[in-house]
Order: sequence, then C-alpha cells, then structure tokens
Amino acid sequence: MGSFSWRPGVLAGLFFLAAGAAAAELRIGLSADVTTMDPHFVAAQPNLTAQQHVFDSLVRTDERSRPVPGIATWRTPDPLTWEFTLRKGVKFHDGSELTTGDVVFSLERPFTITGSPGGFQTYVRPIVAKEIVDRYTVRLKTAAPYGALLQDLAEVMIVSKQAAAKATGEDFDKGRAAVGTGPYRLVRFARGDRIELARHEKYWGGRLPWDRLTLLILPADPVRTAALLSGQIDAIEHVPTADIARLRKNTAFRLEQTVSWRTIFLHVDQGRDRPPGVLSKAGKPLDRNPFKDLRVRQAMSKAINRPAIAERVMEGLALPAANVVSPSVFGHDPAVKPDAYDPGGAKKLLAEAGYPDGFAVTLATPNNRYINDEQVAQTVAQMFSRIGIATKVEAMPLSVYFGRARNKDFGVALLGWGSRAADLSLRSLTAIPDAEKGYGAWNWGGYANPGLDEMVAQSLGTVDPVKREALARGASALAAREVAIIPLHYQVVTWAMRKGLTYSARTDEFTFAHHFKPQ
Amino acid sequence: MLSFALRRLLQSVIVLLIMSGLVFAGVYAIGNPIDILINPQADQAEIAAATKALGLDQPLWRQYWNFIAGAFAGDLGRSFAANTPAAALIFERMPATIELALAAMVMAVALGIPLGLVAGLKAESWIGRTIMAGSILGFSLPTFWVGLMLIMVFSVWLGWLPPTGRGQVVMVLGLPVSFLTRDGLLHLFMPALNLALFQLSLLIRLTRAGTREALAQDYVRFARAKGLSMSHVLRVHVLKNVLIPVVTVTGLEFGSLIAFAIVTETIFAWPGMGKLLIDSINVLDRPVIVAYLLIIVLLFVVINLIVDLAYTALDPRVRLAGRGA
Repeated sequence: MGSFSWRPGVLAGLFFLAAGAAAAELRIGLSADVTTMDPHFVAAQPNLTAQQHVFDSLVRTDERSRPVPGIATWRTPDPLTWEFTLRKGVKFHDGSELTTGDVVFSLERPFTITGSPGGFQTYVRPIVAKEIVDRYTVRLKTAAPYGALLQDLAEVMIVSKQAAAKATGEDFDKGRAAVGTGPYRLVRFARGDRIELARHEKYWGGRLPWDRLTLLILPADPVRTAALLSGQIDAIEHVPTADIARLRKNTAFRLEQTVSWRTIFLHVDQGRDRPPGVLSKAGKPLDRNPFKDLRVRQAMSKAINRPAIAERVMEGLALPAANVVSPSVFGHDPAVKPDAYDPGGAKKLLAEAGYPDGFAVTLATPNNRYINDEQVAQTVAQMFSRIGIATKVEAMPLSVYFGRARNKDFGVALLGWGSRAADLSLRSLTAIPDAEKGYGAWNWGGYANPGLDEMVAQSLGTVDPVKREALARGASALAAREVAIIPLHYQVVTWAMRKGLTYSARTDEFTFAHHFKPQ
Repeated sequence: MLSFALRRLLQSVIVLLIMSGLVFAGVYAIGNPIDILINPQADQAEIAAATKALGLDQPLWRQYWNFIAGAFAGDLGRSFAANTPAAALIFERMPATIELALAAMVMAVALGIPLGLVAGLKAESWIGRTIMAGSILGFSLPTFWVGLMLIMVFSVWLGWLPPTGRGQVVMVLGLPVSFLTRDGLLHLFMPALNLALFQLSLLIRLTRAGTREALAQDYVRFARAKGLSMSHVLRVHVLKNVLIPVVTVTGLEFGSLIAFAIVTETIFAWPGMGKLLIDSINVLDRPVIVAYLLIIVLLFVVINLIVDLAYTALDPRVRLAGRGA
C-alpha cells in the first residue's frame, strides 16, 4: 500500500544519483546503541560498527571475514616476526600522514585506558616487542608462533597519536580525538540518537559515492522497518524476521543476505558429576552425569531436526550446523555434515548408554539475544522429550543469563558464537580452562580433551595460513565427532535497502556505509 | 517555613540513601556487568583486568561506600559502557525528555480541558458521548501500540511526518530544544501526541466531572437566574472551580509523563533519558542506573516541595508548620 506514495521519490533519488549530484547523503538505521567513539574503550560490535567508519585497522577483513591488506601489507620473515609495511600517503582526517608511530601507539593504547571494560588487550598481548624500522615499516614480535595475529589485529583500530595521546572519552565523543584514516570523518556524535559523518576527501581507498553519512540508532525492530518504509532512511541492518517476507514482496526495496558467522549451539555440562537440573524423571539425582557418555551427546544431536528448526522456527533464516564455525569462516570443515534427524537411532544410543527410559534436564536460554532464541530452545526441548529426555526450558534476559552461566548454574545452555576462525572459537568454547594461556574462558560445558587442545594450540601456532586452516579444520572436525558442543544452526543475517542500492553482505554482520554502492 | 523546608530536605536525603542502597543491591543481584560488557573473545586475564578497572572486584559494601563518598563530593561515578560521567550522560539526555513531556502536557491541557468542558455541557449529546468514548480508548490502548499505529499511518502510508528521532535542535539558554524549528516540530508531534493520550483522557474525564458538578451548584443556577450569559458563567464560575483539581493533577502527572516517556522514547527513537535507562539496564551499567534514579527522585522531591510551598502561598487554609496546628 505504501509503495505507491513514495515510489516517485525513490525514482527521483535515482535520477539524482545518476546526475552525479554532489550533495548525496546516505542514512542507515543501526540496531544497537553506540556508547562511545573511543575505539579502545569497549570491544562491543555496535561500537566497532560506527568506529570502523572513522578508523582503519592494520588488517582489514573481507566479506568472508578473511584478512586482506588495507592500510598495510604484511609478511612473516620468521614465525615470530610479523612485518607490516604501511601504504604510502594514507592521510588522517587532519591531513597528517599515517606512520608507524601511530600504529605502535594504537597497539599499546588498550593497556592505558582506565575504568574501561576493554576487551582489546587479548588482541595485542601476544605482541611482546614492537620495532619501528622506518616511517612505513614496523615489526611485531610474538613470544611463540601465533597464526591468529592477523584476525586479532583486525579488531584494533589505529588512532592518530597526536590527537589521541592525552585524550579522554569526551574528547573522542566530541570529535577532537576521533581522528582516523577511515572513509568518513566524525561530524557529530549524538549518543543514543545518531552519528553524523562526512566523507574523508583524502581517503586512501578511493572516492566514495556519498559525501554525507548518518547512522541512526534504531534499536526497536518495528521502528527500524517503519523508518525504512517511510523513506526516512535508505537502509537498515538486522531486518526483523517478521518483516522480511513483506519487504521481499515490495519492489521498492532490496534485501541482501548471507550466512552469519554466528553459530547457535548447546553447551552440555560434561565436566561435573552432578550438573544442575539433570535428574531422573522422578526428580532424583542421577548416580552419574549422562553427558559424560559420548553416546548420550550423539543421541541428543541426532534427536534434533535441524532443517525443521531452520525452516520453521527460524523462517528460513538459518542453516543447519555441524561445525563450530559457519561455512565462510576460516577453519570450517565442509566434510563434517550436520547430524541427520534420527529419533530411532537416538533412542537406541540412549538405551546403549544405560538410559532406556531417558532422564530429565533443564535447558537454559537467553530470550533477547539471538534470533528467536527462546522459540528455538522450546523446539529443541520438544525434540529431546521425544527421545525420552524430558526437557523444560528456562528462559531469561541476557543480563541475568550470562552471569548465571558463568556461575555454572546450568546443565544445558544455549549460546551463540561469532568468530573469525575455528581455532579461536575452540580456544574459548571447548578448551580446558587455563587463565595462564587464556584458554577455555567460555567453556561452560566443562568439555575436556587435551588432544583437542593440542590441535588448537598447533593450529594457532601455525603462521602459514594454508597449513593453519588444515589444522583448524582438523580440530573443528574432532570437536564435531566428540560432540564437544551440540551445534544447532548458523544464523542468516539480512540487510534491507531502498532500490538502487547494493550491499556486499558481510558474514561478520558488520554494517559499513562504504560497502553500500549505488546500483 | 524554613524548618519545614529543612525537614523536607533531611527526609529526602534519607530517601535517597535508602533508594541508592536498594538499587545498588538490586543491580548486583541481577548479574555481573562484566559478563555483558566484556568482549566474548577476551581471555581470563582481560576479564580480571576489566573487573578490577570497574571496581567490581571489591565487596559490595565497599563499592557502595565508594559510591556514597563520591556522591557527597558531587561525583556519581562513570558509566561502565560509555566512558563518560554518569551524571553528564543523564543531563545530556534530560532536555529531550523534558521537552517531550512538556509538549505532551501542553497538548493534553490544550485539548483536554475544552473537550472535557464540551463533554460536561453536552453530556447526553452524540458529541459528548463520542468524546467520552475516545477518552476510554485513550485510557485503555497501550502506548506502544498506538505509537506504532501512528507511525504506520502518518509516516509509512501518508508520508506526512518523520517516523523517528529528534529533529533539528537550536540552543536556547544553553539547552538544545527542537520545538523552535519546523523540522523539530514535525519530529516532536507524534511522540508528544502519543505520550499525551493518557493525560488527555484523564483531563477530559476530570474536566467533564467537574463541569457537571459545578453546573448543578446553586451559585451557577443563581448566576443564570440573574441573567448572566452562559459564556460568562462558564468562564467565571464553572471553569475556575473545575481548574483547581485539574491544576493539581496536571502538576502531579508531570512526573509520570517523564516516567511514561520511556515507552514513547523507545518507539520513536527519541534520544531522551528513558531510553538511556533501558539501554543501561540491558548492560547493567550500574552507575547510570543509580544516578538516573537519584536524579529523578531529587526532581520529584523538588517538584513536591515547590508545590507545597506554592500551596501555602495560595491557600491560607493550608499550613505547613504542622506542629501545634
């Protein structure tokens, strides 16, 4: 109904672009609040989304989340040394040239910020020495060979040393310190409302089609869609599932989709003898932890009808999962296929493991984090119940959920994970917790297999990307065979935009204005 | 008078102390902000560093003590998520909320009193019934639904009004206001109307009831018998009496307009402090939550104090000294 009234407007807009009008503006609706423009204060994706318009990282990632050269190229003269060569003539917004001094300053800055939840130290800690060779060349040394350095450095943005040296958070938010080499420079940061940016005329990556850019903060789902439908904005990220069918039918809009890096899976507590909420059907404690038996984990995996979840519950916005990372991510093993739905086989496995009558579990899930998270959990619970594992769902908001999960309050817990590599995922999710090495920080299930950890360590310690990917695939395949976690699906991420725009959909879910193009 | 004000102030300080303690303990009980704010890829060393950086490694009583000590020195702490003092964050957003609430109040009064008067005068006619039916809808329809319908109709179908956000602002006395620009007014209209609906309905009912009551009074009948025109009677005798409760309720309801603004702000992406509170609760940004509630309580205390003082000035029958009266 609405399409009639503003289609002329869209056409006029197209004509405008075709005529090469100078004052072109792009307006994008973002789905989450950006809390600060300081790129080293908190590693939260909404913040990074906005900041990556202003700042570059030493390493870029392409749509498939693979490292590609941006402001620098690299080589590894030996396994402990990463030599980065800066592109010549990369200009900051203030006109000064990017040098290795700015790079070293930026890589050290995460350690100097006070009162911050941070999140960037993990990325730069492997670097034990930084050696400035000249204005354009810097060598970064690691204590041991570390292949994931590129993926890590893709997260750390480069600021201007001169502008950021003594800057406070307010200096970044007001724009004084928010001086980067990125495609847009910050004009106004109105927290909770919008971020106004202007084209960086000396951007190293070439001329961009829009000279002004506004990122609007529109967290409420229906509002984001309405703003797009009304023509107030040109594009939105994270299109609400309920609106996708409708937008697809509307010829005034286009959708771009890709498989996200986010894998949704279940952690099952296989570490302790008495996991919480895992009982006999009569409500008595079990004499042993059933999840320690591989056959039980296999049975649970076979009990899940993944295609049905992907098609029905997720309305097509998911792919059945088998690996710890989604198909486009580094280290995904395409040979590992999702377990087929086989309730008969699952029952047999349960009986073999000594649970012919099943048992009872509580499945915990957040209800405001992932696409249809609670409905997915409810569906899985019914599928478990069908093979005799009576499952009840306990859903709660994220703010409560993560705290309780970290306290090990759950026997079976749903989690979503996005990462740039399989070995990085496994390091956090399935490795034996070791604060020294930084392993297993999110191993809620208590899965412990020194053999797998060794493979992960080997993969992470391999600098050659081809060899490393083979090792990462091997680790991913082993985790799948062992059912270290029970993968459910990979989410599909959707952008919507007015006709006449295209977007190269990114698997890492980032929304970048410089990846929109006029058609 | 002075002793009254002082006593009030002391009471408020106690209220603030108790409230801050409750909120502190409440947010603590929900969960650990680090779990929400930390980068999932972070290792244990970084999690520990972040916990320490935000002072969350200390026992709760210690954290509370630090907060109280800071608060008395005028420092309500820094936001965990935003790298800014919590109070600054709130004051940055307050003008938008106050503007929205004031616009809603003006709308409610400007529409509610005349409509209520008409409904009271022509209670049995179709127009009176229509107004009353409308006020029932205004009471009972949920704000978020009405807001979405407004956006659907006026922005998506008709394309008359922008669906979200605050329009162009200009600085007046150092405060950003949007009602002085055309763009600002266009953006302000729908959220203000949405927020005003409840108050509007309330005022219609209040005015109608007051009008009907006043019309039945002897002094009105006497004035009519004396031959005064109906409009004069309405203005001088009816309206004045109707307005007393209306003014009181409007004043008191201003607070709830600010509180209800949370829903409207969320729907229309209005960058006010209600939206800030919701965002802060989602990430357990305790300094902002506590500071917000403290500032709101303070605001209410001050409003009530002013109302009470104004009452004594206006109505000699009301005494504040209390003791011995």
